[in-house]
Amino acid sequence: MQAMVYRGPYKIRVEEKDIPKIEHPNDAIVRVTLGAICGSDLHLYHGMMPDTRVGTTFGHEFIGVVEEVGPSVQNLKKGDRVMVPFNVYCGSCYFCARGLYSNCHNVNPNATAVGGIYGYSHTCGGYDGGQSQFVRVPFADVGPTLIPDWMDDEDAVLLTDACPTGYFGAQLGDISEGDTVVVFGAGPVGLFAAKSSWLMGAGRVIVVDHLEYRLEKARTFAHAETYNFTEYDDIVLQLKKDTGYLGADVAIDAAGAEADGNLFQHITAAKLKLQGGSPIALNWAIDAVRKGGTVSVLGAYGPVFSAVKFGDAMNKGLTIRSNQCPVKRQWPRLFEHIRNGYLKPSEIVTHRIPLEHIAEGYHIFSAKLDGCIKPLILPNAA
Amino acid sequence: MPYTAERPYQNPSPDELRARIPGWGADLDPRDRPSVPREKYDPGATGAHWDFPERQPGDESRERSLEHKFVTPVFGTSVPLKGASGAIRRFAYERFSEGRAAHWLLLILGDRVDAWESHARSFVSTRPDNPVTETGVLSEAGHHPISSRFGQKRSDLSHIWMDPLIVAGPWLAAPVIAVGVRALLRRRHAS
Repeated sequence: MQAMVYRGPYKIRVEEKDIPKIEHPNDAIVRVTLGAICGSDLHLYHGMMPDTRVGTTFGHEFIGVVEEVGPSVQNLKKGDRVMVPFNVYCGSCYFCARGLYSNCHNVNPNATAVGGIYGYSHTCGGYDGGQSQFVRVPFADVGPTLIPDWMDDEDAVLLTDACPTGYFGAQLGDISEGDTVVVFGAGPVGLFAAKSSWLMGAGRVIVVDHLEYRLEKARTFAHAETYNFTEYDDIVLQLKKDTGYLGADVAIDAAGAEADGNLFQHITAAKLKLQGGSPIALNWAIDAVRKGGTVSVLGAYGPVFSAVKFGDAMNKGLTIRSNQCPVKRQWPRLFEHIRNGYLKPSEIVTHRIPLEHIAEGYHIFSAKLDGCIKPLILPNAA
Repeated sequence: MPYTAERPYQNPSPDELRARIPGWGADLDPRDRPSVPREKYDPGATGAHWDFPERQPGDESRERSLEHKFVTPVFGTSVPLKGASGAIRRFAYERFSEGRAAHWLLLILGDRVDAWESHARSFVSTRPDNPVTETGVLSEAGHHPISSRFGQKRSDLSHIWMDPLIVAGPWLAAPVIAVGVRALLRRRHAS
């Protein structure tokens, strides 16, 4: 089969690999019909996530058709069209039993600080991902769900991470009616977080980014007010002034390790890998939220320490909430919102790239060329 | 102003928002939010039909975090440890817990060594690394490289110039290191 393969920072190519095989009785093998590149894949691509090994296949956003199932699989059969959450999880450990699927303790021998994620380095369990023609799906009775007949493939693939993660981020903000929410980052997750904040009753939603084409999307897709932080000497001060010197009630960090806006943080994190990511968006969130407010962290960071302004967070009495999204828990409610016309996830898709051109796809997405917001990967386009 | 008890600015009313935003307030009640409460004990809800999963074979040589009692019952088999990078990574896993900076910094060092090893190995394979095609830089031509970068006040323009150095750096350094090693070996041989 053909699969994307990591060759070192900023370098990937497509290689022939063996089709994955059943390695556990509850595995399934899924033929990928549609995948995507996630903003957090860029952390791997840029060499920021520890234990990202040359030869790994990335990709935690994918849908497909079941090709083969292990002997203990009861809920899926060959030919089923399934969407697969980005979390690998067992469904029975202490954490899964409490709904914390993204914190599963039975799937990642390499770390206890993070659960299992497809194609996301050995720090997340060493699973190959779905930017390929086939993928091994562990615990097939637990993670995948049949794609409803009425749902488009492009909506389904965005429901495997970006859309539920944004929605989850708004939930972590614990939004009350009329709250002012500021979202840092107008990438796919930030756009969904902004859109979801309205569902939860926000009174005002502000999105901050540095790319005008993404801010335009935040205005049209997510009905948000926008700030281009490059137009202000001090974006935090501007946000304070714009909220009567109070600050936002809720701040959502949807940027994570790649955040721009502070050259020192960028060099020490993205370039020299001395931090678990550039925490500039997180620091802005801590500064821009009001005292007693809530900071929701969706942006992905590596496990290495980061220079976060925790003293301010403590002194302001902030609640900081964060996690990888337990995707499958969000699906029933998101299905309703899509059917009601409140959400149309595929509206953010800008590029559709055949798997054999995935190196170009990563470059376009990483360099923010061509108005790229969300690139999909077509594994069988040839 | 926040110096008095009232909120210092007014947001639009719910009626106004409901008219303008599709679905406004549909999840206003926290009970409608799927992850509220955050922890909800319901072991039967996941579809798992086991108390403890059957164990995947092949865990004998599998590296694991010291914070795990044993190799988890299911694990990835993407790329086994190999070479000098594998030795560095194994040391990181066997010696330091996740709570130690050395654990993660050694893994990052292992990543860099892995990249160098793999480049070197590719030159004795039928498919050597190609720094042009593998960076995807050829996509620049057809995807608005100028308009995407200028006229947008992009903050990342301040560091884009570093990326080619980071990609090309090891390639540029390799011949220098090779010449240095050769000179050292010659000097040793002469003495």
